[in-house]
Amino acid sequence: MAIEFRKDLFADERDDSFDQIGQPRIRQDIEGHVTGRSPFFDDHLFDGLLHVRCVRSPHHHARVRSIDASEAEGMEGVVRLIWPRDIPRNMNTLLSLIGFGRDDEPLLADRKTAYVGEPVLAIVATSVQAAQRAVAAVRVDWEVLPHVLDVEEALTPDAPVVNEEYPNNTFDYHERYDHQKLRFGDPEAALARADHVVEGTYQMSPIEQAPVETCGAIAAPETNNRIVCYTSTQALFFSIGVTGKLLEIPSSRLHFIGGTVGGGFGGKVDSHHEPIAVLAALLTGKPVKYMWDRAEEMQAGAPRSGERWRIKDGVMNDGRIVARIFTGFFDAGAYTRLTSYGVQKCTGHLPGPYTIPNVASNIFCVYTNRTPSTAMRGFGITGVDFAIECHMDKVAERVGMDPIELRIFNAYRDGDMKAHRRLAKNCALIESCQVVAQKADWRLSADAMAQSSLTGGGADWRADIPETVTDDEGKIGERRRNGLAPDPFSGSGQRGRVAAGIFTDHPATGNAPQRDDMIAEAARLGFKVDTGAPSTPMPQTERPDVPPAPPAAAPPPPAEPQRPQGAPTLPSAYSEAPPAPAPTSAPSAPPPTPRSAEPDPEPYRPEQPFQRGVKRPGVSRFISGARRR
Amino acid sequence: MSKTPVTFRLNGEDAAAFADAGSNLLDFLRRSVGDLSPKYGCGQGTCGACTVLIDGEPHLACITLAETVSGREVRTTGGLANGPTLDRLQEAFIDKFAAQCGYCTPGMLMAATALLDKNPNPSRQDVIDAIGGNICRCTGYEPIVDAILEASRNTRGAA
Repeated sequence: MAIEFRKDLFADERDDSFDQIGQPRIRQDIEGHVTGRSPFFDDHLFDGLLHVRCVRSPHHHARVRSIDASEAEGMEGVVRLIWPRDIPRNMNTLLSLIGFGRDDEPLLADRKTAYVGEPVLAIVATSVQAAQRAVAAVRVDWEVLPHVLDVEEALTPDAPVVNEEYPNNTFDYHERYDHQKLRFGDPEAALARADHVVEGTYQMSPIEQAPVETCGAIAAPETNNRIVCYTSTQALFFSIGVTGKLLEIPSSRLHFIGGTVGGGFGGKVDSHHEPIAVLAALLTGKPVKYMWDRAEEMQAGAPRSGERWRIKDGVMNDGRIVARIFTGFFDAGAYTRLTSYGVQKCTGHLPGPYTIPNVASNIFCVYTNRTPSTAMRGFGITGVDFAIECHMDKVAERVGMDPIELRIFNAYRDGDMKAHRRLAKNCALIESCQVVAQKADWRLSADAMAQSSLTGGGADWRADIPETVTDDEGKIGERRRNGLAPDPFSGSGQRGRVAAGIFTDHPATGNAPQRDDMIAEAARLGFKVDTGAPSTPMPQTERPDVPPAPPAAAPPPPAEPQRPQGAPTLPSAYSEAPPAPAPTSAPSAPPPTPRSAEPDPEPYRPEQPFQRGVKRPGVSRFISGARRR
Repeated sequence: MSKTPVTFRLNGEDAAAFADAGSNLLDFLRRSVGDLSPKYGCGQGTCGACTVLIDGEPHLACITLAETVSGREVRTTGGLANGPTLDRLQEAFIDKFAAQCGYCTPGMLMAATALLDKNPNPSRQDVIDAIGGNICRCTGYEPIVDAILEASRNTRGAA
């Protein structure tokens, strides 16, 4: 497959000579930069400019019993206090503008705070110093609540509820599922016949973008009943939309000016300054600046999310990776911001730039009492790439192979089928590895140097992709049409396999929760999976859209088995122990077995009654992936 | 709030303005005098974005009291160019692509100016030392060092 250029785009403006590559160019904005005249948002002078500082929570998790601001109100220089009740619609989520996720974050917290630095009250004053003095004079009566800072602790049943909109501490994917899933091929079968199983756990820290220009905005009343707002935002139309939504004013009244950003790196998309600055300008009738100082930028500014990854590879002796299974936890912090989107972006990136015929992933967007995380330079990709590349080195060590040659051997080539069922094209990893090795004086074998992304793609073992194994609750692919599909436990015959490489259009296809790996995850988190007790059929009426029963005042009775009769046994690929190698090493998957025919020897019985997040006795909130609210 | 009159020289010209009690030189230059070229980055003397020259020495304006420049000579990036003619450092920054977001650039230029005024032929290590107090979060340090070295070799538009 040759390199593909979309020459139909901008055809009359194209030259395609490529003689500009490698040539120095003069930036169009650089003269402003070197003369100090580039108009950053703070480079606009207003007479009588007011300043905003916020009263912030010193606790990871706390309820606001009361706020005594009487002393602050009378202090010199204080112009106005902005309370949560002053915000017309004090609840938002950043991606609500594109209909993704539910409103979960107040601009100023009114009931409780869920991270250190969450604002509860904004003070407008004639100087920064006056605003800071007033902030220090506000007395907040905090009721400190238990907090959770670790993604996996947040998934345990007795973890505190971080975000009341998502009481399971996980974002609801497709409005129903507590994680985002990818299935391709038959990873369990491939692991069983692999020569080696290589496992690893990787942790990425949150990273603060730390732009040299801190986030901020200046808003001022303009003529024509409009408000002008100079802002450091990276996402001007997010900022207009969020401001219009929170303040319930039409965007036609908002004259936003941005475009010159003193470093953003993703951290300036969150649109928190513009609504407060605009509201303060509306309430005071004066120009107002709300700009973080460095400490606020570092503490309250949203970082890249921390990520935890578990990767399990099935590898043959020759270095061929035949299966890769991911479990990922993105630390969203207290509110969603952009982490939910990062998870989906990540899912589309798996399993990295390698041709692996059997891939599975479950990725959770988890709420913790950390600073909410948001965009940062390749978020959703960078973290898992760190994990993948560390893991590639580990695999190379296990099979005794040169790490670069291992990458060349497994790299995408033009024509390979990727795990998200698109053909790979314009691949260049092999060539990149060869150049890197040359530049580093790293000797590669003649065979590795002879490889090319242009040849061999989609052939031989690269094309040998088993049918995708689907869940006992349904198939993988598109979201269900017509609301919920027939009850997944009804045995209506919708289980089975999807042919590889096909984005199926079948009406029964659904993004159903996969039960057995969820159960494995629950077991790993410390729940007992009782193998001896007889199973109990799941009532046919239990469906995620059925209104939940009222929560019991007392702890609910011991759980009944949730899994239906006919559910498959725990797949070995997701259990703690590596699977025993199967005698066969045939590259193709074993013939499909009707998994529904197997009995269910492992009813699920948690050791402890659930304390929260569960509205029905015996139902783990994270055992099925279904949303339970 | 009491205000103090401050008279000083700014980029070769007489200047005067009132400083709020306790205000720092950065706020004073930006809000009272109207020279917006020094930037606020940290307010605590760690990032270098507010670097200005006071009597030829680089200082961090955010941790300098405004009144202390009374009667002294202050230079900022706003005064580097001679009318439409850019300084050799500015030219070199343009040629070497030594700015990305541009927010640290005024501070970098001031630190580099102080270096070249004292040491017209710096080594690469001298340049690195001179901008050691200036943070570029776009991490474009190499072109900045290249530009300063280029300016030291280039007499075009030299002061």
